[in-house]
Amino acid sequence: MTTFKTTYNRRAFLSASAATGGGFMLGFSWLASCTAAEEQVAMLTMPEAWFDINAFLKIGDNGIVTIYSPNPEIGQNVKTSMPMIVAEELDVDWKNVIVEQAGLNTKKYTRQVAGGSQSIRAGWDSLRMAGATARRMLMEAAAKQWQVPVEELTTDAGFVKHAGKNQSIGYGELAAAAAGMSIPQEVALKEAKDYKIIGTNVKNVDGPKIVTGQPLFGLDTQQEGMQIAMIIHPPAFGMKVKSIDDTAARSMSGITNVFTFTSYPEGIEKTWSDANAFPELVAVLGNTTWEVMKAKKAVKVEWETISKAENTADHIAGFEKTLSEKMEVARRDGDPEKAFSAAAQVIEKTYSAPFLGQSTMEPMNFFADVKADSAELSGPIQTPENMRKTAALALGLPEDNVNVMMTRMGGGFGRRLYGHFGIEAAMISQKANVPVKLVYSREDDMTQGTYRPAYMVTYRAALDENKNLTAIHIKGTGIRESPVFENRFPAGAVDNYLVEKTQLDSNISTGAWRAPRSNFIAGAEQSFLDEVAEAMGKDPIDFRLELFDRAIKNPVGEKNDYEADRYAGVLKLIKEKAAWDKETPGVHRGVAAYYCHNSYVAQIVDLVMEAGQPVVKKVWGAVDCGIVINRDAACNIMEGGAVDGIGHALFSAITFKDGKPEQENFNNYRLIRHGEAPAEIETFFVENEVHPTGLGEPGLPPVVGALANAWYKATGERKYHQPFMAEQKVLG
Amino acid sequence: MANFDLLVNKQKHQVDVDPDTPILWVLRDHLNLVGTKYGCGIAQCGACTIHLDGVAARSCSVPVSSVGGKAITTIEGLSAKADHPVQKAWIEHDVPQCGYCQAGQIMSASALLKANPNPSDEDIDVAMHGNICRCGTYVRIKAAIKTAAMSK
Repeated sequence: MTTFKTTYNRRAFLSASAATGGGFMLGFSWLASCTAAEEQVAMLTMPEAWFDINAFLKIGDNGIVTIYSPNPEIGQNVKTSMPMIVAEELDVDWKNVIVEQAGLNTKKYTRQVAGGSQSIRAGWDSLRMAGATARRMLMEAAAKQWQVPVEELTTDAGFVKHAGKNQSIGYGELAAAAAGMSIPQEVALKEAKDYKIIGTNVKNVDGPKIVTGQPLFGLDTQQEGMQIAMIIHPPAFGMKVKSIDDTAARSMSGITNVFTFTSYPEGIEKTWSDANAFPELVAVLGNTTWEVMKAKKAVKVEWETISKAENTADHIAGFEKTLSEKMEVARRDGDPEKAFSAAAQVIEKTYSAPFLGQSTMEPMNFFADVKADSAELSGPIQTPENMRKTAALALGLPEDNVNVMMTRMGGGFGRRLYGHFGIEAAMISQKANVPVKLVYSREDDMTQGTYRPAYMVTYRAALDENKNLTAIHIKGTGIRESPVFENRFPAGAVDNYLVEKTQLDSNISTGAWRAPRSNFIAGAEQSFLDEVAEAMGKDPIDFRLELFDRAIKNPVGEKNDYEADRYAGVLKLIKEKAAWDKETPGVHRGVAAYYCHNSYVAQIVDLVMEAGQPVVKKVWGAVDCGIVINRDAACNIMEGGAVDGIGHALFSAITFKDGKPEQENFNNYRLIRHGEAPAEIETFFVENEVHPTGLGEPGLPPVVGALANAWYKATGERKYHQPFMAEQKVLG
Repeated sequence: MANFDLLVNKQKHQVDVDPDTPILWVLRDHLNLVGTKYGCGIAQCGACTIHLDGVAARSCSVPVSSVGGKAITTIEGLSAKADHPVQKAWIEHDVPQCGYCQAGQIMSASALLKANPNPSDEDIDVAMHGNICRCGTYVRIKAAIKTAAMSK
């Protein structure tokens, strides 16, 4: 049994006697009346009294346990999986667990962020400790009651037991006494082999509410006296509001206010998550959404140009120019120039991908109720702490007087890391002196993006006369961000290695998009390696395994950001599970593997030709994310990653003309639809006891490469420029 | 503004709204039935799917003035106890990720099964084509529809 010093985030435990959770929900009628808690409790018996044990849980006098999920839920299922970890160490029957979303509380929780697939990895210790310390306190309460040494006690699914005396007592009966116990200095943690909840299939705690349409999302917020607010933003990047004529709009039914406002007042300190192209906006307020939508069209706005109107054609030309010039060298191993000049064959390929929207199905929105001395914010936000900080500065209020509540998010994918919409809601509420729900139309959402940057990268490989790989050269660029990770594979596996990178400036706002940079570079890299393997006459998996073998036995360079044996592990697993060595007539296969956000994924795409078109039949996935918390949910997110990766690689692009996004809605921005998704997706996990890592992002990047490689097998055509289904270069 | 009599989930309602107001916003803003979701406003994503006399319709593009006496069913009225075969199948397959599009998916799926109790894969693809899921739960949705079809 491992022990764990309870120093980590100790403040969460020291404040145990303070009221937890529920208080933050007051004031929101739907949250108060329809919490996940109450719905589940309908099937359970409500306790007469609750006892706060620590910031993560309280125990009812009848043994029902409420566990607070600290992190924002964007569909990655942490609202289920994080409490599972607490419940495991608490040793309670999951049937008796109620889950509630915690509010933002930096005094009690650390890293209340949904981003980088880090919730589980970063929460692993504190979640286990929350459960384990509570369990220990319950045991100590029982030991005191029974007058026995605590070491003689065990627990089992919500009961403390004494085997010798054949005694058993429920957590509910011990909760009052346990709440008064001092916090243990050290606690025992379970061995992975003893897990009863972790590693099983636990259903989404919000599932019943989702399938019955109960209010859950920010856009569902209703409050007495609340007004609907919408914004008008410039039609193109590089423009700002000059003047407005709101005469017609103001006279329309249900319209209460129209004004221009600044969401980021001059001089306030911003965080990285305040990225935003349009700090000055027009607000239209009214009684109902439809009335405001109509009035928006009646506001006459004069715009002025403040910076260059950009075009996609210029972006492509800019990339091509910069790729032909020298760039900043990010990594150099051996003597790549010499290897290339001595090469018998050089393979050079250029890959590109366009801007993308995050396209959360729930458009941006936020509720704000700003009073003279306080502010209540609520809505879908991946970075609530940053939002509170900026909102306090923008509103001129002390941070302690600004409360941020996280609603379940109708998707995030990086878009809701950038919480300008919450600041906008707050500023509108302050200026109009009413509670408001700010609602973005789909067009607002799509044309005021923090887009996935457009990228272009050139890969070169040198082969000697014996077809040995002697050097790799990578040169990458992108709008405001290079896609290149210089210390990722295949760095470390090739003697002569050169990485160059640069970025181009732009007035188009860009940001994180599910698996930033990896979402593009994995596909490029894995497509390129496929082509190199073919030139070398090698099987694509064998070729990669040889590279990993080199990186394990004799790594090149000082810093390689991956564990080669785990990387090879997922490839070996997928090779076996998908029976890679066995050919099936009519099935064309491509493989890829990638490591990002601390998890390893290998995928195989099976394509068939139907009516002359390649059709994805099956995606096979192998994952090493350490201990799997919620097995079926992990499969679900891997399936989503595969569909999402394939869909965007095939269909999606945001392009610009005169600074204006040419796509505004789902009629001309293509997302993958039902009939285009793979018929089957099967996921396998490497079974180990490595501390768990996240899956929100790692399931997406490699599938793009596997798709491109399968496409080549099926059609003989290599795909270099996304979206693959575009007739010609979009970007490219 | 004008008064409209509506039959929503077997209950009569009268609303005073502009005739061009889409049913979506009548449901969400006037009747506080927020299970029907706004996704695109142009009948391209399916998040707002409801039933009009049992047939799937995109409520964002149906003006209240065109509904007449047709019975409106929303996700909240699909079943009394969350026990419609499609809802049960959705839970069984643990379909949702973010969950935002799922009410629309369920309404499209339940309308499909009403019209075609044993749909083929192709039937499902056609009927569900208008419902986007950005999280990519399509494989589970199809499996859940098949489970629901079997359970009828």
